[in-house]
Amino acid sequence: MACTAAAPPAKSASSSPPPGKALGYNHDPFPSTYHAYPGVPTLVTNVTVYDGEGGRIDHGAVLFADGKVVQVAQSIAAPAGATVIDGTGKWVTPGVIDVHSHLGDYPSPGISALSDGNEATAPVTAEVWAEHSVWPQDPGFSRALTNGGVTTLQILPGSANLFGGRSVVLKNVYARTVQGMKFPGAPYGLKMACGENPKRVYGSKGREPSTRMGNIAVDRETWAKAVEYKRKWDKYEKDGGDPPSRDIAMDTLAGVLGGEILVHNHCYRADEMANVIDMSKEFGYHVTAFHHAVEAYKIADLLKANDICAAVWADWYGFKMESYDGIPENLALLQKNGNCAMIHSDDQNGIQRLNQEVAKAQAAGRRAGIVIPDEVAWEWLSYNPARALGIADRTGSLKPGKMADVVLWNGNPLSVYSRPEKVWIDGAMLYDANNPKLRPVSDFELGQPGSGDVK
Amino acid sequence: MKALLRSAAAAAALAAALIAAPAMAATTAIVGGTVAIGDGSAPIPGGTVVFTDGRVVAAGAGVAVPAGATVIDAQGKWVSAGLVVGLSNLGLADSDGIEESNDGSAAGSPFSAAIDVAPAINPDGVMVGNERAGGVTRAIVAPGNRKSIFQGQGAVISLARNGPSVTRPRAFQYVELGEGGADAAGGSRPAAYVALHEALAEAQDYRRSPASFGGREKDSLLKRPDAQALLAVLDGKEPLLVHVERASDIRSVLALKAQYPQIRLVLVGASEGWMVAREIAAAHVPVIAAALADLPEAFERVAATESNVGRMAQAGVTPAISLVDASAPAVERNIKQYAGNLVAITRVPGSTGLGWGQAFAAITSGPAQALGLDGEIGSLRPGRHADVVVWDGDPLELASAPVAVFIDGQPQPMTSRQTELRDRYMTPTEGSLPKAYDR
Repeated sequence: MACTAAAPPAKSASSSPPPGKALGYNHDPFPSTYHAYPGVPTLVTNVTVYDGEGGRIDHGAVLFADGKVVQVAQSIAAPAGATVIDGTGKWVTPGVIDVHSHLGDYPSPGISALSDGNEATAPVTAEVWAEHSVWPQDPGFSRALTNGGVTTLQILPGSANLFGGRSVVLKNVYARTVQGMKFPGAPYGLKMACGENPKRVYGSKGREPSTRMGNIAVDRETWAKAVEYKRKWDKYEKDGGDPPSRDIAMDTLAGVLGGEILVHNHCYRADEMANVIDMSKEFGYHVTAFHHAVEAYKIADLLKANDICAAVWADWYGFKMESYDGIPENLALLQKNGNCAMIHSDDQNGIQRLNQEVAKAQAAGRRAGIVIPDEVAWEWLSYNPARALGIADRTGSLKPGKMADVVLWNGNPLSVYSRPEKVWIDGAMLYDANNPKLRPVSDFELGQPGSGDVK
Repeated sequence: MKALLRSAAAAAALAAALIAAPAMAATTAIVGGTVAIGDGSAPIPGGTVVFTDGRVVAAGAGVAVPAGATVIDAQGKWVSAGLVVGLSNLGLADSDGIEESNDGSAAGSPFSAAIDVAPAINPDGVMVGNERAGGVTRAIVAPGNRKSIFQGQGAVISLARNGPSVTRPRAFQYVELGEGGADAAGGSRPAAYVALHEALAEAQDYRRSPASFGGREKDSLLKRPDAQALLAVLDGKEPLLVHVERASDIRSVLALKAQYPQIRLVLVGASEGWMVAREIAAAHVPVIAAALADLPEAFERVAATESNVGRMAQAGVTPAISLVDASAPAVERNIKQYAGNLVAITRVPGSTGLGWGQAFAAITSGPAQALGLDGEIGSLRPGRHADVVVWDGDPLELASAPVAVFIDGQPQPMTSRQTELRDRYMTPTEGSLPKAYDR
């Protein structure tokens, strides 16, 4: 699998010392204040385990304690004081990770007062940070947790702009502030978009870009500025003297050029992805993942050769011209070719059923003669998105020492008839279907009709 | 003659063979499969489905195979009624987002209630073929209109390859109330209700005296053909589908029945229907509900829950579910996934879902019944159009897909533009010629 360069060693966005060189500015001015909630040592036994990295154990066991996975094995002796859960007939997997979400910046209710996902006032808004739009009370976070087993998600700005701004990676734990949800040490991402959206939004305003050639032209002009900006800061870091002027947009692009910030590029069509790959080589950056890569199956070889992941839907197609060639075998064809591939939602409803989306993609592949075992298909839901987010060393699979982001499903999670029964994040049980008190209710819903209902 | 359905390829070959001789009024018997009739009953293992001349003869256990019938062995497979999906723009747009191809909405038209989608239906659209191969045999196609609460007249269509494509033209009038209706009516719910009542009153004026009715002036509220179309609603000839979500809006719509008892009211959406479920059931008003909408995506849906459909069913409403309020782009065949989820939540403490038969009926006979068409489509009960799907497993399960689809008894192609793209790019590298030569 070819995602290694796509997930560079994660530089901390909040650990000490902050990234950036000694003379430079603070690269982490809105640091994470997230902390793991208390848990108890927990052993789940007699359970089918998909470890997230292609491993499977039938009638196996999973032990976690102090917020970390301790052991995954056929049989584990219960440590003294551990809570033991008999998982007979049930499944344990790593928590689902959604690499593409707008929860919080396009929250529910979807009213104009809360529409904070697209700074659609200029085609280049690399200066905006999605975390400054995220409303931590979005009821969508709870549905993603309780119906979808989502434990980590990346919130992106929208796709109106060529450079949409910075993403933020969140643990799916309600907090009073967005800082309280931020995944400690996750790299930032830069949202870019190609294709129909930027040209439509700005073309309709009578300004560049109004065509695909305009898209690439504005992209290249912007990258050229970023290269120059970075050169000034590198010189200052090396030689000292008067610091260059800060440009908040260029900070982000320079971060990409320096490998500190990962590029998540909304791009549907095969030919456009190829254009972007050439552009990235021209300016010396790397695309971590193409999102909405509906035509990735047409250029699986090119994506693999360039170490670029593809984040896709299972079967969305035909809702606009650039999605006209969508096929449900996309994920399976990428897997067959050895690509880094993953599911993503881009949707407040779809994020509640990403396991089901993977099941459909897997089944479409099987009908085309591409047999992908369940435990391998689960990589599309946790490990590969973790790699694309630069956090695979900490979450995304059930390996000892990793965060205990764990879901207990009441049946095979690739069946339509199964649902999460319990979800732990950093070892803390944050959802239990059997305990109404372990069901979060956001401030917005409190005291309104249906508050606290099973949703 | 006996054909064996051992694989999708065999089914495709069978379908091709039968398409070559479509004129034969042969009787077909599909035997040995688990039969899902679509009327709310539980699936029947080892059942038989018999159809002839495009209509179902019998389906269930212990059904005899008529002499001379073409017998299809469906052991290990499921045989069901075809899916009835909506509300959709299948056949009305090549793609939602390709405006030039999209006949789903007419923001610039002076007409509203009179708009009739039937003549515009294109059965050759790519999506029709893709969704047909996914088990969708009929669709409820609705128009849109951003300028009026009256969206126009929808149709029920067939997805059959060689038509007829329109099963029931002018099958309903579609009205938008709630937040969407408020917007279309000038900015408020009260304005929308005035628009509704005044339009119905004007239609009655038109009936009393067509000659003196205006309706041709530039600023007339209701054009003549709109008034004409609303008479069919007032007379109960066309059901009135009303999209509302909030409990209070549902009550206001139900009150219409008191004033206009002949109107055949149907609610669409009804995310908060569970809060007034007894009232809906008592009014005998069918509901075509959003299946899984569980977020307060609008203030009119603050109490939305996946348990909505199950709770309404428990109160006595016949369940039917739709693609309305699903935020994902319409992939019509996914309606079966929605139904499966309503079964899944029967295992979640505190949730209310549907039993399997009821859930499957919610995507077959349920929508047909809401439109008064369940005598024609939506189930394998005798006399219905022979819309039959053979699946490689439980149709509500994610892994299952059709291996054969019959519409009006005619076998349908199991290939589509999607399968052709898949086959072309099974290996992405080019051969001795560009991919454009690979077909």
